[in-house]
Amino acid sequence: MTIADPVLQGLIDSLNAAYGLCLDDGRLEDWPEFFVEDCLYQVIARENVDNGLPAAVMYCDSKGMLVDRVVALRHANVFPEHFSRHLISRAVVTGSEGNTVTAEASYAVLQTRNDGETRIYNAGKYIDRLLVKDGAARLVSRTCVYDTHRIATLLATPI
Amino acid sequence: MNTQVRVEAQRSIPTAIDYKVYHDPEIFAAEQSNVFKGRTWCYLGLEAEIPNAGDFRTSHVGETPVVLVRGQDSKIFAWVNRCAHKGATVCRSLRGNQADGAFVCVYHQWAYDSEGTLVGVPFRRGMKGVGGYDKDFDPANHSLEKLRVESYKGMVFGTFSSEIEPLEDFLGPVMRKYIDRVFHRPIKVLGYSRQYMAGNWKLYSENSRDSYHGALLHLFYPTFGIYRQSQDSAGELTEQGFHNVFTVSKPKGDIDYTSFGDEANREMQGATKLQDERLLQFRPEIDDDVGLHIQSLFPNVVLQQIQNTLATRQIVTLGPDKTELVWTYFGYADDDEETTRHRLRNLNLVGPSGLISMEDGEAVELCQQGTIGAEGKFNFIEMGGDDVREYYAPMGMDENAVRGFWKGYLELMSDALSASTAEVPA
Ligand code: FES
Ligand SMILES: [Fe+2]
Repeated sequence: MTIADPVLQGLIDSLNAAYGLCLDDGRLEDWPEFFVEDCLYQVIARENVDNGLPAAVMYCDSKGMLVDRVVALRHANVFPEHFSRHLISRAVVTGSEGNTVTAEASYAVLQTRNDGETRIYNAGKYIDRLLVKDGAARLVSRTCVYDTHRIATLLATPI
Repeated sequence: MNTQVRVEAQRSIPTAIDYKVYHDPEIFAAEQSNVFKGRTWCYLGLEAEIPNAGDFRTSHVGETPVVLVRGQDSKIFAWVNRCAHKGATVCRSLRGNQADGAFVCVYHQWAYDSEGTLVGVPFRRGMKGVGGYDKDFDPANHSLEKLRVESYKGMVFGTFSSEIEPLEDFLGPVMRKYIDRVFHRPIKVLGYSRQYMAGNWKLYSENSRDSYHGALLHLFYPTFGIYRQSQDSAGELTEQGFHNVFTVSKPKGDIDYTSFGDEANREMQGATKLQDERLLQFRPEIDDDVGLHIQSLFPNVVLQQIQNTLATRQIVTLGPDKTELVWTYFGYADDDEETTRHRLRNLNLVGPSGLISMEDGEAVELCQQGTIGAEGKFNFIEMGGDDVREYYAPMGMDENAVRGFWKGYLELMSDALSASTAEVPA
């Protein structure tokens, strides 16, 4: 096993930590800023990925679509009031070419609704392609492959 | 002094249903026998999910686990996933291929063929003359419980009833016409999602038939200033009342559907503009103007086309307040890569994260929570009248199909639904 460049490792882990906190703190409007303009974000069941099936519950292939999701969440969608909490593992860098890096990390999103109970809402892994430029990493694509293929009620807040 | 007297309350009727139907374990048990194992055809899956000999997928009829298998001769079979020996689950995967066509229970290795017939029992004669089954043990009497299976246009249904009419008659000509519409050419499966609701299956069944809530609960279109009022809608029911289809089409020939986002935004100043309109783009691919087709087939499936999304939603009843909705998304077999990507983009609208549909899961749970302890109290289903009509067209502002659902349901349940007793002051 090769040890990833510690600076690169730090950039990616920092991005993931900031990403999780951004969503958990409810700063949804900042969330699209983790992505480049021409990006892909999808949330897809592992049972689909394992069977070569492409259907995702969220599929946004532009930053504009991420913004639309956020506006809809704020003004249109109705869902149980909740907090989310992301627990994200250290990233494993799986490859790099020029300033494009691929990496994966495990995540668990806990959810606490108004009854006060905290439940494991969605567990899975991020499969990422990142652009590393000017000392910062941004997401070119993030695929959230979830193990928890039984979604409780609905999935509103991004993973 | 206030004396309380117990009286027989009114019975549920299609316009007023006793809230206990969503909670009572006895009613739930009666539904399993009268509805799901009764005189109905239950949706089990799509032929396209099991294209090859030996392909299988697990499914459900109500709460009963069932396996759908394609046999060696390409015929499709379904049997209850319960070993005839001691009741163990035989098939333990969600889906797969059993190349030799044999399903072996892991517990004592009883083996069944794809039809569900028992074909092998280890140590049937015992060992060295000791043990084993009696001479008159006949494997033919120990097969898996088999369902009658019939398909229509690639949708596979099963029934436990030996008396029920053929599937085509159960669906009737109107429902078949709309199924034909979606399955006008071969399909391919794009994937699944599973949505678990802490609510009763009938709340979801009402929801999928309720055209009244569309513009009120789901605020995505108005939020982005997308004006839909000029469209035509229609609801059609079958005679039993419990199957229905609701469609929305654009008016003949004036609006360019591909740009309706733009036009609507001009019409409704002040609304937020959609950043990426590809999300909503509609490419008509069936020879009509229908952009939304939601078809509820009693008792356990919804077939939909919303924009370019195609899906079945199978209702699995896991308990009085536990319902799983299995979404099977599909496209057409001849879709190119770009068309598939377009469908994936449109899929943002539907499913558990659907921008115009996620609220349904919440509505089901709210009604479940709100009706706890409300036995002997009744809901009110009189939007658009108190009757059940086979055709209804006033912009979806009615509950005709919800009344139709209850009409058919109450008929099947008949005596299994006793009236609640309520306490009233003497
Ligand atoms: S329970 Fe299946 S073989 Fe014994
Ligand atoms: Fe809805």
